[in-house]
Amino acid sequence: MRRLTWFNVTALTLGFAFLYIPIVILVIYSFNASKLVTVWAGFSTKWYFELMRNEAFLNAAWVTLKVALASSTAATVLGTMAAYVMVRGGRFFGRTLFSGMIYAPLVMPEVITGLSLLLLFIAVGLERGVFTVVLAHTTFSMCFVSIVVSSRLATFDRSIEEAALDLGCTPFDAFRSVTLPIIAPAVISGWLLAFTLSLDDLVIASFTTGPASTTLPIRIFSSIRLGVSPEINALSTILIALVTIGVITASLVSKRAIMRQRAEEQRAAAT
Amino acid sequence: MNLRRLILIAIPYLWLLLFFLIPFGIVLKISLSETAIAIPPYTPTLDLSAGWQGFTAYLSELDFDNFSFLAEDDLYWKAFLSSLTISVVSTLLTLAVGFPIAYGMANAPEEWRPSLMVLVILPFWTSFLIRVYAWMGILSQGGLLNQFLIWTGLIDTPLTILNTNTAVYIGIVYTYLPFMVLPIYATLEKLDNSLLEAAEDLGCSRIQAFWLVTAPLSRPGVIAGCFLVFIPVLGEFVIPSLLGGSGTLMIGKVLWEEFFTNRDWPVASAVAVVLLLILIIPITLFQRNQQAQREADE
Repeated sequence: MRRLTWFNVTALTLGFAFLYIPIVILVIYSFNASKLVTVWAGFSTKWYFELMRNEAFLNAAWVTLKVALASSTAATVLGTMAAYVMVRGGRFFGRTLFSGMIYAPLVMPEVITGLSLLLLFIAVGLERGVFTVVLAHTTFSMCFVSIVVSSRLATFDRSIEEAALDLGCTPFDAFRSVTLPIIAPAVISGWLLAFTLSLDDLVIASFTTGPASTTLPIRIFSSIRLGVSPEINALSTILIALVTIGVITASLVSKRAIMRQRAEEQRAAAT
Repeated sequence: MNLRRLILIAIPYLWLLLFFLIPFGIVLKISLSETAIAIPPYTPTLDLSAGWQGFTAYLSELDFDNFSFLAEDDLYWKAFLSSLTISVVSTLLTLAVGFPIAYGMANAPEEWRPSLMVLVILPFWTSFLIRVYAWMGILSQGGLLNQFLIWTGLIDTPLTILNTNTAVYIGIVYTYLPFMVLPIYATLEKLDNSLLEAAEDLGCSRIQAFWLVTAPLSRPGVIAGCFLVFIPVLGEFVIPSLLGGSGTLMIGKVLWEEFFTNRDWPVASAVAVVLLLILIIPITLFQRNQQAQREADE
């Protein structure tokens, strides 16, 4: 008996109001003419122009984008390899340790990951900057990628891959022309996840970065520690808009893919 | 074992050893060292050029002073205890807020459900920092919540909410809500409706049917959701430092300040080791719950 009782409607309304009202308020006040964030003084877009002139934020955004692109790409390659090893690798020495190292970073407090990586970089004498942040982000997001990819790898029919091998493909060819296209959606969503994790990270980046390469979250954090500012509201609005467009596009694309797949299956069944 | 397979295994394996396991070894090592005014700010440092003798000399200098320091100074005790309390209370609060949402979603018409899912996931993709920041403007003294409450006539003088533990709870429930809603929704969605119908046919009221059928069957999702909130909240840094006040003690914040403000690396490392030891229990329980659920699904 799935029915929408008054209880369910109230729960959904209140729940989504709780989730979205703070964000909506944040967006509305980014168009506030007043410097005081909590007092409405008419519509204005001046904070967006202020933001465009703020070198510190623009530089930080550029650093963050570079870090996110590099680390999510590296994490996708490493994470896909790790997933393949976990699902198809068979038995090898230290397999338990390997899967432990894949799962542990997912639940590790960021302060510990950040601290331990910083101590490593200092111990080996690596100068901190964009490169060390990329290494740190790659390490924790490759684990997220490998979880996403391995759940896809575990459910698909292995016999297709074996058929390719029987027909004379090398293992690498079989992976490239059979396995990779099938797991591609999972690889792409893994990449997107790694990318957003990197864009969003404050704690690990604070530990592993150097003075010359401040990322956007670090810049935002040090500015909002002093209180709310309309410029940050404007910046937040831009970021929220980008994420919303991204998520909606992704869900529409995947919905269309599912519909197309269903239509093809029906056509195949009809013939 | 061919060479290709070896390389495929070796690359991610070595990466994780180098950037995950070895750093922990270093944290453990430094937690057993002493603070010093030097670069790096601790002693002893391992001198590999001195060979085996250097290594034994190094080992003899290690001690547990930092850990006994943690045990003696009640700041750390209080921080660990208050982190645990905040994590437990906020997990229960998130459950109280999240369960009705998941229940409502599972009972919504089928064609709504994908959109409702996207609505729950969307905030999760939005920056964590921004979602915490959104509450700063709402909860402050002259903030919108106080303006609203004064306007309705409920209160005369503005309440102090920002920089208290209440603000921390609101922030945690808000940011971790998707982690609670999604696993509960996943179990409720799979629930066989005929069981509820049978219960009602046999004379249960709807509330009885909920307690006798829905509640026990949703337990795996509830447990998973609780762990997914509890574990990260225990080491949380951003929420207590932005929404909490000077009285909000959380271990993630203490570790951060020990490291960045006091520059006491050995104590920060010791705090990290203890936090990790505390986390092992819930993490093991969580893994066991997931394992049991996977087996039940098969």
